[in-house]
Amino acid sequence: MSGLSCQEFVELVTDYFEDALDEDTRARFEEHRELCPGCETYLDQIRDTVARLGELPVESLTPEMRATLLSAFRDVRR
Amino acid sequence: MVTSSTDDATVAGVRSGDEAVFAQLLNDWSRSMLLLARTFVSTEASAEEVVQDTWLAVIRGIDRFEGRSSLRTWVYRILVHTAKKRGVRESRTVPWSSLPAEEDRGPTVDPALFRDADDQYPGGWRSFPREWQTSEGSVLAGEVRTHLRAAIDALPDRQRVVITLRDVLGHGSDEVCQMLEISAANQRVLLHRARAAVRGRLAPYLEQDGVGAP
Repeated sequence: MSGLSCQEFVELVTDYFEDALDEDTRARFEEHRELCPGCETYLDQIRDTVARLGELPVESLTPEMRATLLSAFRDVRR
Repeated sequence: MVTSSTDDATVAGVRSGDEAVFAQLLNDWSRSMLLLARTFVSTEASAEEVVQDTWLAVIRGIDRFEGRSSLRTWVYRILVHTAKKRGVRESRTVPWSSLPAEEDRGPTVDPALFRDADDQYPGGWRSFPREWQTSEGSVLAGEVRTHLRAAIDALPDRQRVVITLRDVLGHGSDEVCQMLEISAANQRVLLHRARAAVRGRLAPYLEQDGVGAP
């Protein structure tokens, strides 16, 4: 079983999070992670990025459009 | 995908004209629909029209919903279909069929950051990524959000759609594959490249000794 390089590690991060690595690659990934503080940092930063993306505020419907759709709903479904 | 009992109750509510049920759907889903629509068309106004047309199609077409996917997937598919048609008119199309494209190949992290093949540790970091600050003041938090948005906007179309659905809106990978009709493997490639690019854009602002740089 040969070790992963850091350059290989960073390309497997998403497959790791998505649980899409085969057993052997997953074992090598985790082994590398334990030994390499740089890759552990990289992994944390991807996780941090994902968390920050999840906190972005998202626009909703304008009150006018909401009123239009509710009125269309009444017209069609009643 | 199985239809949940919540879905059954919601569908029954919409079919029978229960306005409270429909209003709840509008509240819960319209945000993510606007964001998704915006990735296919060129203006906010167009995105709003796409969402409006989608809801109108749902109101008229709910009797044809057969429960073979979740209600949400069904509605989002109508949205994507509507948005794509409109995107074509605005000559902004997202080609999903031709994966992988040029932009989906190659390393996601600058190769110059790694040691050469003839080094003692080929492919190892030349120097480790610098740590990020774990919390920042509200001013910087707002700044980081601005950079996040800019980073998303700068992505190639398909990557932008996938990272928006997965990470901004929190959809699961199965849901996203169904909405966009792409394979799980393709979805992972797009997500991976998008996340790596966004991380790269954010790094200079979050590195502990580089606040506010460059």
